[in-house]
Amino acid sequence: MMKLKKGKLLIDQHNKNYLYGGKFGGNYVPETLKKPIEDLANLFEKLRHDKKFLNDRNYYFKNYVGAPTPFFKLKNLTKHLGGAQIWCKQVSQANGGAHKIYNATVHALICKRAKKKYIIGDTGAGYAGKMLSMAAKKFGLKCKIFMGTKDIVRQAVNCRAMRKNGAEIVPVDSGSKTLVDAVSECMRYWVSNCDTTHMCVGSTVGPNIFIKICAWSTAQISRELMVQVKKEFGKVPKKLKLINCVGGGSSAMGFWNEFVDYDKNQVELIGVEAGGPKNSKRHAAPLTNGAKIGILHGAIQYVIQDAEGQIEETESISAGLDYPGVSPLHCLLKDSKRARYTSATDEEALQAFKLVSRLEKVRPSLEPAHAFAEAIKIAPRLSEDTIIAVDSCGDAKKDMKIIKERLGRNL
Amino acid sequence: MKPSNIASAFKKCRQEHRPALLTYTVSGDPDKKKFFEILKAISSHADICEIGVGHNCNTGDGKQIQNSTYRAIKNGIKIKDTFAMVKRFKRTKNAKPCILMGYYNSIIQYGENRFIKKCKQVGVDGLIVVDLPWPENKNFSKKCKKNSINFVQLISPTTSKYRMKRIINDSHDMIYYISMLSTTGGKLKVSPSEILKNYNRIKKINKSKNLVIGFGITDKTISSLKKADGLVVGSALCKEISESIKKKQNPVTKVGNMVKRLRAKLS
Repeated sequence: MMKLKKGKLLIDQHNKNYLYGGKFGGNYVPETLKKPIEDLANLFEKLRHDKKFLNDRNYYFKNYVGAPTPFFKLKNLTKHLGGAQIWCKQVSQANGGAHKIYNATVHALICKRAKKKYIIGDTGAGYAGKMLSMAAKKFGLKCKIFMGTKDIVRQAVNCRAMRKNGAEIVPVDSGSKTLVDAVSECMRYWVSNCDTTHMCVGSTVGPNIFIKICAWSTAQISRELMVQVKKEFGKVPKKLKLINCVGGGSSAMGFWNEFVDYDKNQVELIGVEAGGPKNSKRHAAPLTNGAKIGILHGAIQYVIQDAEGQIEETESISAGLDYPGVSPLHCLLKDSKRARYTSATDEEALQAFKLVSRLEKVRPSLEPAHAFAEAIKIAPRLSEDTIIAVDSCGDAKKDMKIIKERLGRNL
Repeated sequence: MKPSNIASAFKKCRQEHRPALLTYTVSGDPDKKKFFEILKAISSHADICEIGVGHNCNTGDGKQIQNSTYRAIKNGIKIKDTFAMVKRFKRTKNAKPCILMGYYNSIIQYGENRFIKKCKQVGVDGLIVVDLPWPENKNFSKKCKKNSINFVQLISPTTSKYRMKRIINDSHDMIYYISMLSTTGGKLKVSPSEILKNYNRIKKINKSKNLVIGFGITDKTISSLKKADGLVVGSALCKEISESIKKKQNPVTKVGNMVKRLRAKLS
């Protein structure tokens, strides 16, 4: 079994070939990208130890993103379900309405340091794109966002925001017309323009350096959570469960980072993937359903594919989780058995949204609604001294159209 | 040791004082039957045939090759069909050396050793794996060499001098220089003299390696790069297939004629 090293950040637990557990990740990219990736890796290595850069990051996290995001008990939901206490880390209160702002802000800061004027990124749910367009505007960068045409339709609210921020949305009409092809097209654009343009990958996927930067950025979530948990409970509770949705896996990595070294009997990490429509077989749940190991977007990972290695289309009500692969970091956490992965169906996510938004003032988007579905499932069976913390990493504003269609008008 | 078919092809071209013409088409495009005919039509004029093993997450490829890839996959191409076609092709009268070009995931899923063994069996002469750069390709390229299959290393305008030397050192008979920062099929945005300058820089490191130039080469640009050991035309051929389908023309004759025209420009 794969073993994790204590006291070392998960993002740094790779070998010299950038493979986590000797097996996941790496840099399987066209030759042209080797140099820009190496340059970016060297720059990031320097910056993450640079006091001025860290001060900048902290300044913008506090004053621009808005740190810390709230952490509070969902009293009504807890009472309604009986059993474990359910708490919410409302990351959706961050500027822009989702955790994607951390990665976007850091990439914009790096882009400035690299003296590049153009920044590009991919997006599924539209949050990564919206946040990158915000950060680009803030830091005076020209921005292009690659987005599948299917997602442009279903996440129109975020598209409007991107355009308002002055970003150009490049529609991607190939293959599945969703996130997976948006990432491919963004990488293609970078191959052609890597001399002038900085690329931001929207999640903890892609070549190693992008996984690192993204998880390093979202780690802010668990730094805040650690302080908040200790303040509320005096220490890290004996029975704590951190539940997070997992698509590419950036918000989960951020939510868990500071807690990885704890024993799993004390702090259980639970990742919830997209199970898709109840009767669909095209789940976006490579970890839950035991997908084969393969290469997607430059990294070895569990990925949904056919016998020939063609990447298969997935189907999920949440555009942000609709991705056939998953972060190599989550592959590592799965194979080392540090985290447990499961999935929730579209219907379960919708019901979770309905219940949470009826009882509480939280409006989780369809992505974290998957995490709430798992919390709702397990809470009644657990003791009152068990603390379940759910990362509500996105706001439902972008999903109101889908939610109305599926749950009726009166919500 | 007997020189490889690829090395012999370059030698022959050198004797004719011209660069080798390499073509790239996607296996199974537009369908299995027509592809085999296209391959035969190309073979009368080209010196080396690159055959694309299509992958649907082909991040190194531009629109033309993407279109060909999706079309071929939709029309049912499987890796076993490609192997069967190479085997049949290599027995035809005008057969030329064959290089399979694709993405690493196809090889992993087939099984590395099994893939190489099958290549050897059916007569594949070389392999280009777009997303298996140096040094990630060290083990795989060694395995290829052991089985007398040329593993073709790629060098791009962004490749550092340090990498270049090591890549060339680990290369076999042929090296592929990517003309510009682009996916396949981009418009040639660098001047031919600039490309040749970089070409000479690489060539100087080891003159004995056959160095070909690819990306952005069409019937309009091919003459300006005649000093190279070889020139690869891919997207232009894929585009020809797409357009002939649109215009309800025969892609076999259209592509065959295009390759003939390209070859004439190299004499």
